[in-house]
Amino acid sequence: MLNTVIPIAYALVAFAFLFSFFRLIVGPDAPDRILGLDTLYVNTVAILVLLGIDLGNPIYFEAALLIAMMGFVGTVALCKYLLRGDIIE
Amino acid sequence: MLDILLSVLILTGAIFTFVGSLGLARLRDFYTRLHGPTKATTLGVGCLLIASAIHFSADGDLSLHEVLVTLFLFMTAPVSAHLLAKAALHIEVKSLAPMPAQEADTPTDPD
Repeated sequence: MLNTVIPIAYALVAFAFLFSFFRLIVGPDAPDRILGLDTLYVNTVAILVLLGIDLGNPIYFEAALLIAMMGFVGTVALCKYLLRGDIIE
Repeated sequence: MLDILLSVLILTGAIFTFVGSLGLARLRDFYTRLHGPTKATTLGVGCLLIASAIHFSADGDLSLHEVLVTLFLFMTAPVSAHLLAKAALHIEVKSLAPMPAQEADTPTDPD
């Protein structure tokens, strides 16, 4: 059962990657691009978790945790830049 | 039994992740696009993380890394969504709905 579900989940998350990458490239305004980047890192966390389940290796969570933290900091920094025109004042 | 539970959680998570990103690509202005990734994608990744927590806890020892990532994502997603909406309002990204009255009730920008 798990062997049939995991490839489907890979395919769905891969399409999610494509959609958020599309918004990162096309997005008409700066907040759209930031939102695309934000979704891209959340999708990265998802695919790392899937890889961890598929390969049975718990080491992928360290990478997922790091990407989640760094992605949040990046989003906040970019929003701060849009709001104030500066990141560290 | 465990296999079925894991499969359902993984499939739900993947579908919600997909739908969230589809919303990001397909909806028509920034403020509606904000809904997809911040709600649907967060729920999807939460489902996937809980599935993997169950998967790695199944053989005896409890595995709490995933719960850490889940908590972190569920705390940070609303914060980043709030900041994104604030930034979009600040640089006046155009919206499908008419903007609320500007000079009536909003205080002047402090900076």
